[in-house]
Amino acid sequence: MNPEELQQVADRIVAMAQPGEQVEAVVAWSRDTEVRAFEGQVEHFVSADSAGVGIRIINQGKQGLSWAGVLDDAALNECLAEARDNASFGSVDPHAGLAEPDGVVPDELVLYDERLLQADTEEKIRLAIELEAEVRKGDPRIFGIESADYADSVVSTAIASTTGIRRASAETSVYLGVYALAGDDDETTTGFGFSVGRSLQELDLEAAADEAVQRCVRLLGASKAPSERLTVVLHPYVTSQFLSLIAEMLSGESVIRGRSPFAGRVGEAIAAPEFTMFDDATDRLSPTASDTDGEGLACRAVPLIESGVLTGYLHNAYTARVSGTSSTGSAQRSSHRSAPGVGPHVIKLRPGQSSAEEIISQVGDGFLVYDIAGLHSGVNPVSGDLSVGADGIRIRGGELAEGIREVTIGSTLQRMLNDVVAVGSDLTYFPWESTGVTLAIADVTMSGQ
Amino acid sequence: MIEEPIIQRVLAAASSRGADFAEIFVEEKRSSSALLDDGRIEELTSGRDRGAGIRVVVGESTGFAHTSDLSESGLIAAAETAAAAARGSGQGTTIVDLDRVHAKSPNSVRIMPGDVPKAKKVELLLTANEMARAEGAAITQVSARYADSHRRILVANTDGILGTDDQVKTLFSISAVASGDSGMQTGRESIGRTVGFELFDSYEVADLARTAAQRAITKLAARPAPSGEMTVVIGPGGGGVMFHEACGHGLEADLVGKGASVFAGRVGEQVASSLVTLVDDGTMGGEWGCFAIDDEGRPAQRNILIQDGILVDYMWDGLRARAEGRSSSGNGRRQSYQHLPMVRMTNTYLLGGASTPDEILADTESGVYIAHLGGGQVNTATGDFVFGMTEAYLIEGGRITEPLREGNLIGNGPGVLTSIDAVGNDFAMGGPGTCGKDGQGVPVGDGVPTLRVVSGLTIGGTAA
Repeated sequence: MNPEELQQVADRIVAMAQPGEQVEAVVAWSRDTEVRAFEGQVEHFVSADSAGVGIRIINQGKQGLSWAGVLDDAALNECLAEARDNASFGSVDPHAGLAEPDGVVPDELVLYDERLLQADTEEKIRLAIELEAEVRKGDPRIFGIESADYADSVVSTAIASTTGIRRASAETSVYLGVYALAGDDDETTTGFGFSVGRSLQELDLEAAADEAVQRCVRLLGASKAPSERLTVVLHPYVTSQFLSLIAEMLSGESVIRGRSPFAGRVGEAIAAPEFTMFDDATDRLSPTASDTDGEGLACRAVPLIESGVLTGYLHNAYTARVSGTSSTGSAQRSSHRSAPGVGPHVIKLRPGQSSAEEIISQVGDGFLVYDIAGLHSGVNPVSGDLSVGADGIRIRGGELAEGIREVTIGSTLQRMLNDVVAVGSDLTYFPWESTGVTLAIADVTMSGQ
Repeated sequence: MIEEPIIQRVLAAASSRGADFAEIFVEEKRSSSALLDDGRIEELTSGRDRGAGIRVVVGESTGFAHTSDLSESGLIAAAETAAAAARGSGQGTTIVDLDRVHAKSPNSVRIMPGDVPKAKKVELLLTANEMARAEGAAITQVSARYADSHRRILVANTDGILGTDDQVKTLFSISAVASGDSGMQTGRESIGRTVGFELFDSYEVADLARTAAQRAITKLAARPAPSGEMTVVIGPGGGGVMFHEACGHGLEADLVGKGASVFAGRVGEQVASSLVTLVDDGTMGGEWGCFAIDDEGRPAQRNILIQDGILVDYMWDGLRARAEGRSSSGNGRRQSYQHLPMVRMTNTYLLGGASTPDEILADTESGVYIAHLGGGQVNTATGDFVFGMTEAYLIEGGRITEPLREGNLIGNGPGVLTSIDAVGNDFAMGGPGTCGKDGQGVPVGDGVPTLRVVSGLTIGGTAA
């Protein structure tokens, strides 16, 4: 279904609003294809369309929601009635309310690439099979492939509300990803690689294959290391995961609920002066860029930390109202089933001057962290306490030395922000809402033997 | 849900290009939830999904399509898409005779959540909020969630199986934040069972609220966790997730088949201490991960995976079992009709042993006692895992002493299994879990008695 058809469905629901009621309708449709290759054959091929609607009603400060996975009239009517009934059981919240148009004109991002619709099914299958083959021949120590996938989707969404929000859009995305296994009888390592784009033409199969191979083989022979305090150098992939967490703590939702260690600290220095972080929501180079947020407001750049000083938070309409400010266009909906939360679109650090190699050489003695595990279980976003599993390579005399695995690194996020000693120039995009650079942080506890 | 002649015609359409196997999975699910935060009922949400997924297997290849259109023409169209995706090139099979699977449901529901007035669900949340805050002025924030779901499924396939199941789940969780000089700490508690609203006849939300609040308050006085390898005693119930992650995933036949498991090729070998007997059991009535039939129509089973330290068998779904010429172990599950089934755990637990928990503690000179583990993840190929410790204490001189702040626990599955040197007689199931694999989440349960891991676990604390 195209965005205009979805917009009509949303409009129809909003037109059924009763006096005194705010009604918002989100309608989504997607067509997904997924091919998994194994040993040169198609392991599975999935092809499917799905659609859904989510309705939010606010009446006298009380909110109710309902959703349905079907778009026929009976389902829409039932969904609206349910949302209305649900609203009657909410508590009165004087700040409750839908987003109101704020006059900010969305950047017209072209996130839809026609070429995907013309793409040949056989070509999609070929990509998955070739990705697997490339990785298998990438290094003699690669002994298996857990998955080699091609996936694409065409997504249309529309939103309308009684407050005058009305917006529809479509986007395409394409993904190639592979998980590989390397090693021998004594040890096994794993590695993944991926490439994303808006159409098949934007994919880089060789780069995805090479990344997986490198990730697999670079830690062969790694072992546990003794515990010590040292400087860690985070690979951009790891940095992006840390930035996601910090952004979570700077969401208006965490702040107004007293769940952020950064609440009430705007204007204070919370990080080293090298550290400037912002949400560059409309950067088209990012796979997660967007022109419109989950409440239909324009996405925009949001400054968060400027030269180490906290400048503000991410807000949707509700958290902004509670905080006495305006939405930053940061409403995020994970699907039509959920109420809009708050989250970034494209978190970035202002890159520094040094390359990864230069930072490693400046640090001299430290731990280059390639991957971390257990970030969500190991970080308390309320207290900022952090300890995560890590692997990577020891840095000695400014050079990469022995591999390290099965250790943890620990600190608190607040301390780590202040202990940033270098920000790399290597801005890297990922298929989630945070970019990364090489980042060096002093005085972190590494726990091993 | 769908009449038998229609199912037969859909299976025929799915097999029309030649198929070794074709299946239709129909699902109708209603869910509702209510959320309390900051003292207010923030929202009530309800939703409804229904649709069918059609799977066609030709040789090693699977074609899959799904649709929310349950009319005969909608189903036939999806069946044709799945057949095309499977790329069969042969003759179709004729109509298959369907035999009903008679699997007794391990679950019984007394009060359908859909029949309970919404006001009553809201009342539970308000009570929990009040009781958590009453634990002390240190409690500065409370959030709580009530959720229920009713899932009806039908599975039929060209092997002639026709099965249905009705799965009702009810869940309540609460999270409390305590604030003090040392900052903010969070305590959580949740209960979820495959039962109806009668869940609250057996569990008082007030108790859950007090537990969550006390966990948060206790942690205010906690010291940073130590770091390094040490002896760990895991408390009853709260540490089952470790066995789910550390060895359960590695015993899933799909991962084993791709060489992505440290347990590949080791059936019949000693893989764990002789104190270890590990079971996966989809028949445990009322538990979060149980059902009458799995999402491939196979009755739930109780499967012994490791017996007295010896690896007995892996867990199997239909596809992997068919390739090996054996039968499924009832572990073929999927998140929804929009997903392909794969090998998944149900309720995974370690059987109790002979020691009393007091004996195990008294015999531990120093170490860490973990009452509750949080989420975790494992690399099944290497066996390396990591978990959050959400409630932990120091052990000094055979006694539990000071509370510890949150940290991660890391180790290696096979290493931990061989390092278990004491197993208690106080088996308990843990809280409800959602297991994620390849982008799909399914409800699972786990359980353990008190047990001691003498080496191989590293506490990743922040203390110097």
